[in-house]
Amino acid sequence: MSMWRSISWWFTLIVLLGAGLWPIASGSATGREDMFLILMLVTLASSLNILLGYTGYVNFGHIVFFGLGGYIGFYLMHRQGWSLGPAMIAGGLATAALALVLGTIILRLRGAYFALATIGINEAVRAFVANFEPFGGATGMSLNFAVYQAYGGAAQALWIAYGVLLAVTLLTVGISFAVKHSKFGLGLMAIREDEDAALVLGVRGPRAKTLAYALSALFPGMVGVLFFFKNGNIEPGDAFRLHLSIETLVMVMLGGQGTVWGPILGAALYERLRGYLLTSPLFKSLHLAFAGMLLLLIILFVPAGVIGWLRARFPAIRRVIP
Amino acid sequence: MVSPGVWIASLIDGLLLGFVYGLAAMGLTLIWGVMRVINLAHGPIIALGMFGVYLLFAYGGVHPYLGLFAVALLGLLVGILIYAIAVHRVLTAPHLSTLLATFSINMMIIGTGTALFTTTPRNIDISLGRLVLGPVVLLGTRLLAALAAVLIAAGLYVFLYRTTLGKMVRAVASNRAAAELMGIPSARVLAFSFGLGTMLAAVAGGLIATFFPFTILSGGAYELKSFVICVLGGLGNPTGALLGGLILGALEGLIPIVLPVSWVPVIEFLLFVLLLLLRPQGLLGER
Repeated sequence: MSMWRSISWWFTLIVLLGAGLWPIASGSATGREDMFLILMLVTLASSLNILLGYTGYVNFGHIVFFGLGGYIGFYLMHRQGWSLGPAMIAGGLATAALALVLGTIILRLRGAYFALATIGINEAVRAFVANFEPFGGATGMSLNFAVYQAYGGAAQALWIAYGVLLAVTLLTVGISFAVKHSKFGLGLMAIREDEDAALVLGVRGPRAKTLAYALSALFPGMVGVLFFFKNGNIEPGDAFRLHLSIETLVMVMLGGQGTVWGPILGAALYERLRGYLLTSPLFKSLHLAFAGMLLLLIILFVPAGVIGWLRARFPAIRRVIP
Repeated sequence: MVSPGVWIASLIDGLLLGFVYGLAAMGLTLIWGVMRVINLAHGPIIALGMFGVYLLFAYGGVHPYLGLFAVALLGLLVGILIYAIAVHRVLTAPHLSTLLATFSINMMIIGTGTALFTTTPRNIDISLGRLVLGPVVLLGTRLLAALAAVLIAAGLYVFLYRTTLGKMVRAVASNRAAAELMGIPSARVLAFSFGLGTMLAAVAGGLIATFFPFTILSGGAYELKSFVICVLGGLGNPTGALLGGLILGALEGLIPIVLPVSWVPVIEFLLFVLLLLLRPQGLLGER
C-alpha cells in the first residue's frame, strides 16, 4: 500500500506509538490512566472526523455507538461469558451494522435535517436501553469481579485493556489516513464541498455517505466495550452522555476538521485543558461554559482549527502532518 | 379496561400542555423560517425563561404572570445579543457553523447556569384552583398557560401579517437580497427575528415553570420536543408548530395510559425519525 511509503504516515505512527508505549515502558499506572482517556478520545474524535470532517455531516449522536457498543460487548461478557477480544469486535461490528441500516434511512436527509435526526437517535436509543430489561434497564449491569481472573487479575486486565485500546487507536488513525488518501475519501470530500455537483460527477452519494457513517460507528463501538470493561459497570446515563458527543465535536473543531492530525491534537489538547479546568477551583463548575466559549471562538475566528491554520500558514508542514 | 373518562381527562390535559409546547416550538420554527438556522440554544433559553420567572417571584415578589412580561422583554434582548455575537458572522457559512455556534451558546448558558443555580429542582408555588367537569379536572395554571399560549400565537400572526415590521420579517425570510434592495435593513430585521424566536421560547419556559418543577437542564427535554413538533408541523411554519404541539401534547397525555411513562420519549423520537424520512416538509408543509 502506498501509505507505507508516505513520510506523514510514518511520522503519525511513530508519534502515536511513542506516546502510547510510554506508560507501558515506565509501568506507571497513573500514566496509563491518563493515556487511556486520551487514546479513547483520539479514537472517538478521529472516527467522528470521518463523517464530520471528510463528509461534512454533523453528527450529534456519535456517542450512541460508544454507549451501544459498550452495552452489547458488556452483555456478551457478562451474560454470555465471552472474553474481551471477541466481545469488542462484536460490539464494533454491531454498531457498524446499525449505522449501515440507520444510514441507508437517515442519510437521505441532508445538512440540518440529518443533524436533527442524530439528536433524536441519541435520545431514542438512550430511552430504549433504559427500558430494555436484558440490558439491566435503568440500573444497568455490573461485571463480577471474578471475570478479571481470566486475564490474570484485575490489575493485569487493566493493562490488557490499555494495550488493546492502543491497537484500536492506531487502527482508527490508520483508517482515517487511508480514507483521506483514497478515491473513496475524495468522493466524501466532494460531497462535503457540493453534494449535487458530486452526484453529477458520478460519486455514489448515498452509498459513500452510508459507508462513511458505518466506518465512523465501528470504532466507538469497540472503544465502548473496552471502556466499560475497564469500568466494571455500565448504566444508561454513563453510556449515552450527549455532552461527550458535543465535547468530541469541540475536539475535532479545535484540532482542525478534515485533517488526520486535527482530531488527535484536538483530543489531547482538550483533555489536558479540561483536566486543568476541573482541578482549578475557579473553573471547576464553569468548565462547560469555558468549553462553549472556546468552541465559539474557534468557529468565529479559526474555523479550520489549529492544524488547518498551521497547514494554511506554513505549507511546508503539509508533507509531514496529514 | 380504562374508563372513557380517564381517556378524555388525559387527552384534555395533554392538549393544554400541547399549546405551551407549540408556543416554544414556534420560537424555533420562526428562526429557522427566517434565516435557516437551527437554534441549538433553544433549550437553555427555555430554562432561562423558567428561572427568570422564578427569580422574579422568589426574590422580587413579582407575580409569575406579571414576571412573564419582563421575561419576554429579556428574552428578546438576549436573542438579539446572541444573534450579534454568535450567529451573524457565520450566517452564510455552512450549516455546521451555525449549528455549532448556537450550540456553544447552549454550553455557556448551561455551564454558567449549573454553576450559579446547581441542579436542585425548583418550583413556583402558585395555585389558581381547579375546574371540575365530571371526570375531567383542569388545573387553573395549565388552563391559563394554554390561554396565554393561544393569545401569544394569535399576536404573532397579527404581527407577521398586519404590521410593517412583521412584513419586513417575512420579506427577509423569503428573499434577503431582494428585501435589502427594497431598503429593508436586513441585518437588523434578522437580529430582531432571532430575538422574537428566543422571546417565544423564554415565555413558554416561564409558563411551564408555573406548573412543573424545573432545573437549569430541564430546557433540554423541551428543546427535543420542539424539534419533534417543528418537524411534525413543517420547519418554518408557525401555525404548523401549534398543531404539532397539540399532537405531541395529546400523545403525551394518552401514551401513559397504555404503556409505562418511560416509553414516551422512545415513541416520540421514533415518530420524529419516521416523519423526517417520510414527510420532512411536515404535515402542513414549509412556511
